[in-house]
Amino acid sequence: MNKDEYQKLVEEYTPKEKKLKNAVLAFFVGGAIGFIGEVIVTILQTSFGLEVKDAYVWLCILMIFVASALTAFGFFDNWVSKCKAGLFLPTTGFAHSVTSAALDYRKDGFITGLGSNVFKLAGSVILYGMIGGFLFGILGVIFHG
Amino acid sequence: MASKKINHVYIKDAFSLAGPVEKDGSIKDYDIVIDDYYYRTKTFEQAEIKMQKVVIDNILHRHHLVHSDIDLLVSGDLSNQISVSSYTASNYPFPFLGVYSACASFVESLIVASEMMESKKKANVLCVTSSHNLSAEKQFRFPIEYGSPKPNTTTFTATGAVSVLLTKEVSNIRIEGYTIGSVVDLGCKDASHMGAVMAPAVAKVLMNHLLDFQRNVDDYDLILTGDLGCVGSKILNEYVRRTYGIKMKNHLDAGCNLYLKSQEETYAGASGPVALPLYLFNKVLKQKKWKKILIIGCGSLHNPFFVNQKLSIPSIAHAVSLEVNL
Repeated sequence: MNKDEYQKLVEEYTPKEKKLKNAVLAFFVGGAIGFIGEVIVTILQTSFGLEVKDAYVWLCILMIFVASALTAFGFFDNWVSKCKAGLFLPTTGFAHSVTSAALDYRKDGFITGLGSNVFKLAGSVILYGMIGGFLFGILGVIFHG
Repeated sequence: MASKKINHVYIKDAFSLAGPVEKDGSIKDYDIVIDDYYYRTKTFEQAEIKMQKVVIDNILHRHHLVHSDIDLLVSGDLSNQISVSSYTASNYPFPFLGVYSACASFVESLIVASEMMESKKKANVLCVTSSHNLSAEKQFRFPIEYGSPKPNTTTFTATGAVSVLLTKEVSNIRIEGYTIGSVVDLGCKDASHMGAVMAPAVAKVLMNHLLDFQRNVDDYDLILTGDLGCVGSKILNEYVRRTYGIKMKNHLDAGCNLYLKSQEETYAGASGPVALPLYLFNKVLKQKKWKKILIIGCGSLHNPFFVNQKLSIPSIAHAVSLEVNL
């Protein structure tokens, strides 16, 4: 049996992922978190008298804190594996990836462990986020002055 | 040369330690179970070293052996540079050989040990294997607390350690022969589908073994593979049927059977070098159902760098045949 035939055999016997179910689940979980976020922003605006812009900053801080705390207490990873991509929202997912790496490497030293590995997963988001921001910034200047 | 009959090497005893998920699995009577992945140490790696020390000390204690009674220690694990085995060995005066063929390390250690013991009149050799779910996850995959969704084909690295005492004194389990496998690569690149990576290596060593010893697959009461997992087992059976026209009715996979189906976090079953000895010594041999057993340990020989470089994953499998006196 050559490589191609074997790959076909493997594909035939590999159970299919329930993509539609996962997508629907992720849609509702992600949507629910977005909804909670909007509720918090509204509360911050009405009860605490914050400007819209400030309310979103506080929301962001709150989301990062909650996601990191839940990761530290060991809940978040179980929820992510159940909710599929729904909990991978930029803010919570990012916080989770940084906290999980920090937890993992803290025993290997502050520089050689925690410092050099804390952005192991989130590093790509930061790097390509910055490059993307830079490029779109240039495009913005070109087209909108 | 790759296959050889062994006449006078016996497995006297084994001592098993199992982790928190394994103790809720299909086997209930391990010698020791631990609830804590840290095992009262500071890190997972140190916990794994302690696990190996505990199984070595316990098997020595059980048979009233002192350090000078052991002629050789052969051990392997999944950590980088098999450091766990080396650090464990630094606590003992035994001559030490470290072996690595990923999850086939246990079978490799049996082969090395029995080959060296065969010509001796008297020898006591310890073969030790361990794996730790979290230290392996950290090394091969993502940080531990990072809960990325996993595909159904993923296997779950078993936590545990097993020490096996090989002697020249007659016991109920005899090592009857072995076949050293070759490295096989049929183009699989998915590190979360290791059953598919390893199945062709298992098939190859099985066929070489049967050919060299001039046996049929039915000459064995049981063919026990290491950690193909439930998906990999199906692929192996189909691959062997299509390629060699053989139907394997007497096949069991330790990885697929170590956990219960209700343990969803284990996906397609157990992996890790310790899966095979845990299942062999605590289930298969205790059931006293099978006389002639062929154990095939299989290992996916990847590391994260090569996977990231998009190279396909080579795999290996080694076989040892056991004769059990029921």
